[in-house]
Amino acid sequence: MQDKQYAILWKENFNNFISSLSKLHKLAAPVFKGYNNYAFENVRSGQEIALKYIPTILPPKKFFMPVHETLLEYDFSRGLKADAVTEYEEIILFGVHTCDIAGIQCLNMVFSEHPQDQNYLIHSQNIKIIGLECNEYCDEFANCHLMNTHLPDGGYDIFFTDLGDYFIVHINTQAGEDIIKDTGFFMSAQSSHLNELASYREKKQAIFKNELPVELDLIHDLFDRSFESRIWDDLDERCLACGNCTNVCPTCYCFDIRDEINLHLTAGKRYRVWDSCQLGPFAKVAGGKNFRTTRKVRQRHRYYRKFRYPMDRFSRYFCTGCGRCSRSCMAGIRLKETLKSLIGSKEGAKA
Amino acid sequence: MEKIILKDSAYSIKKGTILGIKQMTESEKLFEIALEGGKRLDHEPGQFVMVSVFGAGEIPISVSSSPANNDSFDLCVRAAGKVTNTLHKLKAGDMIGIRGPFGKGFPIGILKGNDLLIIACGLGLAPLRSLIRFVFDKRQDFGKIHILYGCRNSANMLFLDEIKEWRKRNDVYFESIVDQATPDWAGKVGLVTTLIPGIQIDPDRTFVALVGPPAVYKPAIKELLSRNVPERQILISLERHMKCGVGKCGHCQIQHLYCCQDGPVFNYEAIKHLKEAF
Repeated sequence: MQDKQYAILWKENFNNFISSLSKLHKLAAPVFKGYNNYAFENVRSGQEIALKYIPTILPPKKFFMPVHETLLEYDFSRGLKADAVTEYEEIILFGVHTCDIAGIQCLNMVFSEHPQDQNYLIHSQNIKIIGLECNEYCDEFANCHLMNTHLPDGGYDIFFTDLGDYFIVHINTQAGEDIIKDTGFFMSAQSSHLNELASYREKKQAIFKNELPVELDLIHDLFDRSFESRIWDDLDERCLACGNCTNVCPTCYCFDIRDEINLHLTAGKRYRVWDSCQLGPFAKVAGGKNFRTTRKVRQRHRYYRKFRYPMDRFSRYFCTGCGRCSRSCMAGIRLKETLKSLIGSKEGAKA
Repeated sequence: MEKIILKDSAYSIKKGTILGIKQMTESEKLFEIALEGGKRLDHEPGQFVMVSVFGAGEIPISVSSSPANNDSFDLCVRAAGKVTNTLHKLKAGDMIGIRGPFGKGFPIGILKGNDLLIIACGLGLAPLRSLIRFVFDKRQDFGKIHILYGCRNSANMLFLDEIKEWRKRNDVYFESIVDQATPDWAGKVGLVTTLIPGIQIDPDRTFVALVGPPAVYKPAIKELLSRNVPERQILISLERHMKCGVGKCGHCQIQHLYCCQDGPVFNYEAIKHLKEAF
C-alpha cells in the first residue's frame, strides 16, 4: 500500500536531490562555520549541508524579516515622491528544525495580525520550507519537549525524517509536492516505511523528556505570580544588556525605523533594522524618561514576551525551546535555569 | 532580489503640506497641515499621527485640532530631538509625510451627555486641545466643562490666544497655575493637582481627561479618587516613542499592551495594575 502524503529519498540520492533543487531554486541550508557554529547560507550541493547541526547562530527569521530592510523610498528633487517598497526573492530553506518552524509560525501570526505587515508577508509567501527532524537533542540548552516543538506540527512544505538508509518525507503543501515532482529522486512510501516512522517516533519518546518539572499549561500562571519575583534581581546583576538573546531568538521581532538620506540631500530611504528590548534606550521617550531603565525589568520583559504576553494575543507561547538565548548569553543567563528558579521560588510554590 | 512598490503598506505615507507655522513658546511651534488632494485626516481627539520629516526620520505626534475641521489639522511640536528640531526649521509650503491616525483616542460616544474635567499639564495640552476644540464645536452634547492647566512658568504656556477666549466663556470653568511664578504672573502658583480639591464636580457624571508628563499621573489620580471619581472615568494618555504605529516594533509596549494600538488613551481602571505604565 502506498501513501501519497509520504515519499522516500534514499540517502545515496540526497546529493543529487540537493543539486537538482538548487538548479531550480535559490536554496539555503545549515552550513558548518567552525567551533560548533552553524548558519543558514546559500548552497548548491549536498556536501555543503550540515545534516546534523545544533541551532544556527541566527534563526531562519533572517529570511522572513531581514536584519536591514527598506520600507519606503522618497525623492524630493522635483516635488515629493514617496513609495512604500519591498524587496523579495523566492527561496527554499532546507533543513529547518521543528523549533525554528514553530518560530516562523509565531512570526506569521504577528505580522498577519491587522494592521498587517506587507513586507513580512511578501517575504513569507516566497519562502518554501523543507523541515528536518531532530533524532536527538542538539545540546543541553534546548527545552523543546517542554515547549512541545520537538515533533513536526505543520508550518512546512515538506518534512524530512532520517530513518537510517533513507529519509521519509511528509508532503504538506502543493508547493511541497512540486518540489518532489520537479526534482525526481523520490519514491512512493510503502506501509513498511510508515511503520518504521511510527516506531522511530515511539523511540523518540524515550529520548525527549520534559526538561523542567512543570506542565506547559501552567507556565503562564507561574508568570502571573512571578512579576515581583526576586529571580529578576539575579538577572539584573548578570545581564550585560548586549541584546544577543533577542537577536538570536526565533520569535523576537522588535525593530527600529530609521531614515538615510543621499549625499545630494535630494532622496533617501526609510528602513527598519532589528532592535532589542534589552538595550538601554529601547523604551526611552522624548524628554529623557525611560520606562525600562534597569536590566532587571528589561530581562523580565523579555521573559514575559515569551511566556505570558503572547498567551493573551496569540494563545501560544513564544519560546520554541531552541536554546539560542542561553547558548549566546555571554553572562551565562540560561533560560532553563531561570524557569527552574521561578518554579522553585516562593511564587512558584503556590501552584 | 525583486523590488516592488506596495500600494497597501502600513508604512505608506500621505503627503502633507505645511499651511502655516506659529511659534507658541521658545520651544514649541504649532503646524497647520493639509493632506494632498484635500483628503480628510479623519481622526478622533486624542489619536496621534506618525510625522515624516524626510531625511531626519519619523516621530509620533498627537493631533491638536478638532476633527470637526475637515480641511486641515494642527500639530503642536516641541523641539526635543533630531526630527522635531528639523521639523522646526521647515517653513510654510514645505512637505511632510503623515501616517495614521493611529490608536484609540478619547471615547467621544461615552463622554457625550456627561460632565468633563480636563486636566492638562505642560505639553499635555497639545493632545487635549483636540478634545477641547471638539467639545466646543459640539458644546450642547456635553454637560459641565472644567479645564485645569498647569505649566512650569508663564513663558511655557501654550495656546495663549485661545486660553484668553476660554476664560471669557461662561459655559466653561477654566483655571491655570504655574510651578514657578515670574514677575508677569498674577495667578496661582503650585502643581495642577492642587486645583482639584477646589472645583465643584459631580463625580458620578464626570469623566476626567488627564494628560501630562508621567510624574503628574500618580498625584493627580490620587486627588481624583479622593473626590470619588470612578477609576474607569479617569482617562489618561500615555507617552511612548512609537516607531511603527501598527503594534509590531515593540517600542511602545506597556507589558502586554501596545500603546500605539491599545492606547494612547486608556482608562485608569484598565491599566492601574500595570507596573510599567507611568
